Amino acid sequence: MKITVDEDKCCGAGSCVLTAPDVFDQRDEDGVVLLLDPEPAEHLHAAVRDAANVCPAAAITLDGGA
Amino acid sequence: MTSTSDRTAESTAGLPRFPMPRARGCPFDPSPVLRELQRETPLARVELWDGSTPWLVTRYADQRALLADPRVSAEMAHPDYPRQAPGIGSLGFIGLDDPEHARQRRMVGAAFTVKKVEAMRPAVQRIIDEAVDALLAGPRPVDLVQAFALPVPSLVICDLLDVPYRDHGFFQRSTRTLVHRGSTGEQRAEALGALAEYLGRLLAAKLDDPADDLLSGLSARVQAGELTHRQATEMAVLLLVAGHETTANMIALSTLLLLRHPDQLALLRDSADPTVVTRAVEELLRLLNITHGGRRRFATADIEVAGQVVRAGEGLVMPNDIANRDPAAFPDPDRLDITRDARHHIAFGFGVHQCLGQPLARLELELVYRTLFRRLPGLRLATDFEQVPFKHDGFVYGVYELPVTW
Repeated sequence: MKITVDEDKCCGAGSCVLTAPDVFDQRDEDGVVLLLDPEPAEHLHAAVRDAANVCPAAAITLDGGA
Repeated sequence: MTSTSDRTAESTAGLPRFPMPRARGCPFDPSPVLRELQRETPLARVELWDGSTPWLVTRYADQRALLADPRVSAEMAHPDYPRQAPGIGSLGFIGLDDPEHARQRRMVGAAFTVKKVEAMRPAVQRIIDEAVDALLAGPRPVDLVQAFALPVPSLVICDLLDVPYRDHGFFQRSTRTLVHRGSTGEQRAEALGALAEYLGRLLAAKLDDPADDLLSGLSARVQAGELTHRQATEMAVLLLVAGHETTANMIALSTLLLLRHPDQLALLRDSADPTVVTRAVEELLRLLNITHGGRRRFATADIEVAGQVVRAGEGLVMPNDIANRDPAAFPDPDRLDITRDARHHIAFGFGVHQCLGQPLARLELELVYRTLFRRLPGLRLATDFEQVPFKHDGFVYGVYELPVTW
């Protein structure tokens, strides 16, 4: 699984951080997404898929690992 | 685009009026008309208070797609915007599109990151503990709305903004006027004006005496020329109003719902597993979804929805409460099941306007549920359920009063 995030689209709602805190964080200055791990271990894939699904701004794109 | 004469013809042709009343005896459930539309006519014309006839979108998938669609605008001041009520011209960045929306929203984003909100946990817990202490020391029965549900989130947002809590009578009253459907445009504009004047004054005072709070941050943006005083004031009004009214209603309404479902309440109260409470928060948000005014947008291009085409310039009304009862997204949607995975609900909206304060709302609800029912295990309604006054006339749903004892 390869993750990309679009900082311009991100609205800082924080859903991804709540869902997959090992993979996503937020910038302190404005809450925009920080990708901690673009190729997370397999046990995190389900949480990452949830995070992408609940992202209100469609700022998380997943490639493979489905 | 639909011509004006078409709209007139349609509105006189007996379109359903939005919002629709709930069924008698079912105060926790959306109107049966909404359910039928979701099943039969997922894209339906309705008539609003001002005679405009936007589309009502009732299915979960359609609402999500539209709310996340960049061809859909939230520009409140635009003539095509289906207005919620008279008297509200603009309300900060929630009525703006990107990129200006994102620019302004990011100025206050720092205060609502998951990490920053998590750091507020001890302070929020203290506020809740003190409110429960006061309940235990006070008379019984008591109105849980005035004695607990309203003060807790008000104290939290006052801390965050550095608004003096002693003024809570004023800002809670003004907020009530804003969200009450029966208010006239003049009353609503007057309440909004009073809040703007009040917060404008606090913002100006922060110029000389800044501290580590949200109003000081906004004030610094004005000084740096990044926001006008008016923009900063509107943002402050938005944060104060949204910061207490919604959470207060959610606390009171969900407490009542849990009292009606003792098995679920016992599960929530007695479980040693901390994820039981965080899951329950999501399920209660899903089922109650207290913002009942329907998210408002308009199309800026022709967009296909549910097999039909919404034309550029046409209004869209999306009640998230009915989307959260869509059986296609939530099996057995009318059942309260605090163990279900409800995380994909859209009680906070969807798209780039999704509630900025949601981590804070979640934290407040979590700590309320962890604390209130454990410290008051005998909590019960002190009136007949039929006597509880529900806010059938508000954009934000809840109860006006909740007499309880223990």
